[in-house]
Amino acid sequence: MRGRPGLYTSYEAEAALLPTRTRKVALGLLILVLVLMPFSLPVIDQIPFVRFLGDAPWLRVVNRALIFCIAALGLNLLAGLAGQVSLGHAFFMGVGAYTAVLMGGVSTPHLWGWGLPMWLWLPASGVVAAGVGILVAPAAVRVRGLYLAITTIGLVFIGLHLSRVFEEIAGPGALGRKWPKLQLRLWKEEEPFLDFSGNGHWFWFDVNRTQKTYYFLLALLVLFALAAANLARSRTGRSWAAIRDRDVAAEIMGVAEFRAKTTAFAISSFYAGVAGALLASMVGQMNPEAWNLLLSVEFVAILLIGGMGRVSGAIMGTFFVVLSPRFVEQFIGWTADQAEGDGLFSGFWDLLVVVGSGDFGLISVTQQALGFPLPASALDEIIYGVLIIVFLLFEPLGLFGIWVKVRNYWKGWPFSY
Amino acid sequence: MIGVLAQASTTDFDIFVQTFFKATALGSLYSLLALGFVLVYKSTQTLNFAQGAMALVGAWFLSLVFIDWDFPARWLPGPNWLHWIIALLVAAAMAAVMGMAIEKYTIRPMIGQPLFSMAMITLALEVILRTISFDAVNLTTRSLGVPWGTRIFMLGGARVAWSYIAATAMALLAFVAIWRFFKTRMGIAMRATSFDQEAAMAQGINVSRVFSIAWASGASLAAFAGVFASMSPWPSGGTANRDGAFFVFRALPAVVLGGLDSVVGALVGGMIIGFSEIYAGQYLANYTGVLGVGYQQVIPYLVMLVGLLVRPYGLYGTVEVRRV
Repeated sequence: MRGRPGLYTSYEAEAALLPTRTRKVALGLLILVLVLMPFSLPVIDQIPFVRFLGDAPWLRVVNRALIFCIAALGLNLLAGLAGQVSLGHAFFMGVGAYTAVLMGGVSTPHLWGWGLPMWLWLPASGVVAAGVGILVAPAAVRVRGLYLAITTIGLVFIGLHLSRVFEEIAGPGALGRKWPKLQLRLWKEEEPFLDFSGNGHWFWFDVNRTQKTYYFLLALLVLFALAAANLARSRTGRSWAAIRDRDVAAEIMGVAEFRAKTTAFAISSFYAGVAGALLASMVGQMNPEAWNLLLSVEFVAILLIGGMGRVSGAIMGTFFVVLSPRFVEQFIGWTADQAEGDGLFSGFWDLLVVVGSGDFGLISVTQQALGFPLPASALDEIIYGVLIIVFLLFEPLGLFGIWVKVRNYWKGWPFSY
Repeated sequence: MIGVLAQASTTDFDIFVQTFFKATALGSLYSLLALGFVLVYKSTQTLNFAQGAMALVGAWFLSLVFIDWDFPARWLPGPNWLHWIIALLVAAAMAAVMGMAIEKYTIRPMIGQPLFSMAMITLALEVILRTISFDAVNLTTRSLGVPWGTRIFMLGGARVAWSYIAATAMALLAFVAIWRFFKTRMGIAMRATSFDQEAAMAQGINVSRVFSIAWASGASLAAFAGVFASMSPWPSGGTANRDGAFFVFRALPAVVLGGLDSVVGALVGGMIIGFSEIYAGQYLANYTGVLGVGYQQVIPYLVMLVGLLVRPYGLYGTVEVRRV
């Protein structure tokens, strides 16, 4: 109702994706900013974060985050909505990636590849992953809770082994193989009619490959996020929520548990498969060991940090988890500069950071070797672990919970509730 | 029986015996890790994914005490093996303190949160501890100073490493100790807590103490497993290495197969996993071309999958009663 955004007078209004005008405007503005972000435009470049996220090195990280968003949305459907926490998400991403390389890759005497165009291999990577998800689902319906989590860990290790067995698909040893590029062709012709992987010219603007990939991924993410949000309010989504909240009660009400869990696995795997194919083809060449347990853990961490069961939570969590190591890196670089210079606190930073040889400190900037002055890469992992723990301890609802708190504060101001 | 002279030709039976000792040893290590899991899970309802990483840190503690600080030899006369055992006990005690600290600062504030949030905390701890033990202290290049080193003895025609015997003995000792512990006052308190926390509190049991003791014993069991898994005949070869992390992840199937909350299940599950892994590695080696290199490392997960399909709560796990 006008002036009373919390009051719904019809079911349609309550189930609407964007129930209030504020949300419509906010989302519209967000998308506008995201679309204009990669260019250096006068107003957009004044917004904090957006100012530097549009630069090429950061845009590459943002692209990675967009792909992770798609996969996280998939896991959000399975874990956040249907309540089946799976640690096998990396396995399904791998399935998608290898479907893509088998269908779209170049054939050599030692490697299989059919050289098909992207409009075939990208959906197929999702479909094949979904098929594998359906195969796995009967086992997952039988085991529940923590047993399911461990069973799906088994899936990851079995998948890693399969990539070693089928070297014709995965490529030899630790090298991996080259993935097809993000290029749209009608069939196997030389010149792609839409190329997301090279510099070029769109309408009146020069766009480089990172910007092109960014737009392609942004469009895909909007598509997938819309699909996820709509699924959540459909009959299927409600049956998932019922299973999550109390499976026996849901069955008594007539929700088919087996069917709901199978569709949850299939759709979540579809998201994972597409994300895996996108990630591999964006990176270009990937080692089979990349689809490991840590990747799965990262997605569960994303959900816990962002807030379970929410599309916005999954997206916020992904950006937080993917971007924060880069911020840590930047920060370490900055401390090294501080230690070298003669600012007010240079003595403090000097104690902390190792810059040259023979210097004392906890963190090493220059040396990559393992050992006591921690290399920056190791520090990344430790901070990542600490972040997960801190979030779970102090903000169990994640970034979404923080947002709700902030929103309620402003809504109720100057009263406390 | 013992001697290098008895270099008789190895018969099929000798290979079987040799494999048997190896399998028992590996099964013992898995059981040790699984026992730590089960103790922690039974009393605090937390699935401790960091058990494997705690094993690595335990091995680092031993190397620190025995090699770096040269701790027992500096204060005590006596033979090398005695010093090593004292150092092992000190390392286990250090691991116990670490376990208590982890429980106090990360697990206890989470009581009442969903089980999965707690499991996620232990996964984060796993990342931290593993990074520390590999990148910060460089565990891969450290020696553990094992007294029996790489020595083996002959049993008929079978070559058996002393490390295998030591690992089996260690697991036996641990299981007997835990079995005895459950008869003591504290052990009864722990069993009561795992049965019903609130009822146990109402009977005057100090539940938070039970929690920290469970984590302490879980961590020291992990440390023992970590030390004995880093010895010479195992792929790591005398020093702990990165494979160690995956080695300890393979103990998860053992826990799940036996049942998350059963001590007997830990023993049986660990042995089943250990035997199937080693015997498959020995007798299916001719089919490596089909199965792929390193196929034996996947066997535990396959056994677990099949086992869970037959019995969803493991062999000895308590079947959860589902109510509306």
